[in-house]
Order: sequence, then C-alpha cells, then structure tokens
Amino acid sequence: MVSALLISVGAVSGISAFLALLMVIADATIANYGEVKITINKDKELDVKGGKPLLGTLMEEGIFIPSACGGRGSCGLCKVKVTEGAGQFLPTELPWLSEEERSNNIRLSCQLKVKNDMFIEIPEELFNVKEFRSRVSGLVDLTHDIKQVSLELIDPAEIEMVPGQFVQLQTPEYELTDEPVYRAYSVSSNTSDTRRIELEIRLVPNGICTTYVHNYLKEGDEVIFNGPYGDFHLRDTDREIIFIAGGSGMAPIKSILLGMVDENNPRRARYFFGARSKRDLFLTDKMKELEQKLPNFSFIPALSNPEPDDHWEGDTGLITDVVAEHMESGNNTEAYLCGSPGMIDACIKVLTDKGVPEELIYYDKFG
Amino acid sequence: MNSATIPIALFFAAIFTNNILLANYLGMCSFLSVSREIKTSVGLGVAVIFVMASTSMLNWIVYYKILIPLELEYLRFIVFIIVIAAFVQLVEMIIERVSEVLYAALGIFLPLITVNCAILGVSLFMVIREYSFLESFIFGLGSGIGWFLAIMAMAGIRQKLKRARIPHGLEGAGITLIITGMMALAFMGFSGMLPIG
Repeated sequence: MVSALLISVGAVSGISAFLALLMVIADATIANYGEVKITINKDKELDVKGGKPLLGTLMEEGIFIPSACGGRGSCGLCKVKVTEGAGQFLPTELPWLSEEERSNNIRLSCQLKVKNDMFIEIPEELFNVKEFRSRVSGLVDLTHDIKQVSLELIDPAEIEMVPGQFVQLQTPEYELTDEPVYRAYSVSSNTSDTRRIELEIRLVPNGICTTYVHNYLKEGDEVIFNGPYGDFHLRDTDREIIFIAGGSGMAPIKSILLGMVDENNPRRARYFFGARSKRDLFLTDKMKELEQKLPNFSFIPALSNPEPDDHWEGDTGLITDVVAEHMESGNNTEAYLCGSPGMIDACIKVLTDKGVPEELIYYDKFG
Repeated sequence: MNSATIPIALFFAAIFTNNILLANYLGMCSFLSVSREIKTSVGLGVAVIFVMASTSMLNWIVYYKILIPLELEYLRFIVFIIVIAAFVQLVEMIIERVSEVLYAALGIFLPLITVNCAILGVSLFMVIREYSFLESFIFGLGSGIGWFLAIMAMAGIRQKLKRARIPHGLEGAGITLIITGMMALAFMGFSGMLPIG
C-alpha cells in the first residue's frame, strides 16, 4: 500500500520534474535573448532583458504606455513606433493597425516581443506619464450640461503637470461599455495644487465616458486616470495673449490663468469665451475675480443666441466675429484656442487675417 | 475487429464520422473565439493538427511505457495534461526562436490550445479504444484535420453572417453555438458509414 503510494507520487513528481527541467533548460537556451538595448527617440538607451513583450519591458523601466486592457491585445491603445528591430507584423496586432499605421511602423507594444536591439519612438511626455488612483471629492453642475469633477489623488499622491495639459479618465465597465474606456479631459484646476485635479466634463448624448460621469459617478467613488499629456501650455514670451474657448474648452485656459495669477504675470491677456445663451455660460464670477487679480487681463464672454429673458448686455454674435471686432493688429500677439474643431479652424482664419503668425496659434481640439 | 482499425478507415473516421468537434463537441472554446476570420482560423487549425498528432504519440509512449508498467493508469489525466502543456510550450519557444514567419503564422496560436480539451480528448480516446502507436498517430492526425475542417467551415459561415440580420440577443456566441449544433446534426448523417471504437 505504502509502496504503491510512493510509486505514484514518485512517478508524477519524476515526470513533472523532468519536464520542468526541460523547460528550465529551454528557457535558459532557446528563449534566452540575452541583454538587449532599446533606444528611445534616438537618445535614451535602456539595457533590458530580452524575450518579453515591449509593453511590459518598458513598464519595468518606468515608462508607461497607455493601455486599457493590460496587455491582452484587446484594446489597441499601446501603439508605439518601432523604427528598427521589430520584425514582421503578428496576426494579433493586425486588427488594430490601419494601412497608414502599418506603413509608419506603428506596432502594438503588448504583442511585440523584444528579441534584439530595438529603436523606438515615443512622445517625450510619456516619460512622465503615470497611472493614478483618485477619489471623487466633489461634483458640481456648472451649467445644465457641464459638470465639474474634483478628484483627490490616492496613489501616487501627487501629480506634476503644466497648466493646460490633459489626463485620460478611465470609464469602467458599465451599461454602455463592456471594457474600460479612456477619454481625454483637460485639467481646469491650479496645477500648483499637486494633490487634486479638477475636470470640466460636458455631457455628450450617448457618450460613453460623459454619460458615466454625469449619470453614474458619485462623490466618494474611486476613479482611475493617467497622464499628464499634451503640449498645450503658455509659452514664455512677452507677446500679448489671446485666449479663445467655447463650452468645456474653458478648462485648460482656466488652469493657465490660475498659473498666471500665481506668478503674478503682467502680460496683457484677453479671454474670449463663446456660448450659445446665458445658460451655457459659467464661472463668470471666477473670471471677474481673476480680472481683479491679474493686472492686465480681461474676460470677454459672447453669446451667439441670447434668449430674450437673458437680458444680455455683453457682446453678441459668433465668437469669430467678436474676436475680429475687438482685435487690432495681431503682429505682437500669440493665441491659445480650445474648443470644437470647427470653432478652432474658424478662429485660426480670423487670427491669421489679423496678422497673428500661424505658428504662434496653439490649440487643443476636441471632438 | 471492426473497420475502424484499418488505418485508412480510422483516418477518415476521425475526420468525418467521429469529428472531434462536431461529434464529440470537444475543443469548443477556441473554436468559438477564433472562428471569426478564415485567416486566423487556418493558423489555429494547423496548430491543432500539429499538436494533436504529436501529443497523441507522446502520450502513447508515456502511457504504455511509464504509467502501465508502474500500474498508474489512473494518473493519466494529470500526466497527459502536463505532457501536453510542456510540449506546447517547448514548441512555441523553438518556433519563436527559429522562424519569425512560422511564429507569426502558427506559433502565436500555440498558447491558446495548450489547455484545449480536444487535445486531451484525443489522448484519452486513444487509451479507451486501445489504439496502437501507429493508430494513435493516425487518430490524432485525423482528429486534428477534422477540427481544422470544422473551424474553417464555421469561419466561412461567420464571415457570411456579418451581413445577416441576427436577433440582438443571439449575436456572437449564441448564433455560433446554434450553427455548430446544426453542423453537428449534418455530420451525424455520416456516423453510420464508418463506426469507430
């Protein structure tokens, strides 16, 4: 009896041990790609152990490529440009890459394994990108369709960012989506407060993320976001500043203005804010307050379709017309725009007509 | 002795009358998830053929040369799974190292089928039906080809289905299972021609 038991245990252990040994040997010989070098953006070099997917390899080195599915190859977000050393496209990558991306050597970093020296290109800003856990500490209705969401950071506890940058907010699985979805929102709060951020989110009918924020999110809920991203920020020059925004395009510009207050910025700045009617206007009191705090700042809200009972006495008309009316020569001006693609294109035309150099018009387009 | 013990008859029986997927309903998980496109189905199908043919031989050796002499037949489930998993892993590593083209076409699917029940099923049938070494190989090869044909048929149907108006609740796995059932009924028509086991 005992011997039968011993034989069975011994046999299974023996077979397993033999196979395990085979695997160990294979791992050390066949699957051993040794030390390989990943060169990022032609200047930063990483010495890593080969054989693992690029996404995970970079993550171990502290470089965080946005990925929603965590490397299962089902979200298609972790795209990276690999200029050398990638080999051919894998069938698991192809569904996520367009014709254009394929010819540009864009690869899905969670599927692509690092087997030899590689040259990759990733946006500089990603070096600073992290994933944050946070808690909703406030939800305020700014207008009938824009909510201000305050997030208190849990882990990491602080975020370093430049006013005007944005983060990607995660919407977890719920009625409208069966996998986590990420959407980008500009931070509207003062970025010198590194422990919390504020976002302004406008409800888009049937929008996965905006519907979640407006109808499901509650105070105290935990929210995951990653960031910061974007190069929309105030340039350090002496030129006059024109800000133009519409709707939730308020957010990054408010953040920039708060930053200007902190450094007591004396530059002349004008902020044109376009809305349909009075019920789409918000934070006008806050802007009035900023006019007091900043020596050379004025806020110019304009309504395109004021309702009769709005009793509106400010500027009316399309934001482009209002800008054209207020502006003299734009030769010594730089401009920062945030709003819908249509609005931005129209504004760029007006500004260049006024003489603002096109390369000094910075914008954040959102769909 | 029945007709299925003639090697060539066994081969065709494994493909058609006793199709591992449609007659025994084994290997459904990867069948359902990968049968969306013909191209990927081919890759997975070839991988299954290869793994079934080789693991049936390997497991035959393990069973008759190790387990039977030690009177440990009852451990076959565990041992077969370990052997299959290790073998698939090794093959994947080797393919990845040796040929990039082969890895992209075939190797990438190997981890998917490590725990495929059809693979284990073939090894267990081999024991139940007391196949010889050659018969095990033929049965494994035939079953793999049968599975390959089944997933190809399904991928073809599903590509047509993309343009069909399927009731919302049946989209995806639902309609695929119904179609698999209908295909299985059709394959039942063969079953009297070449009995097996």
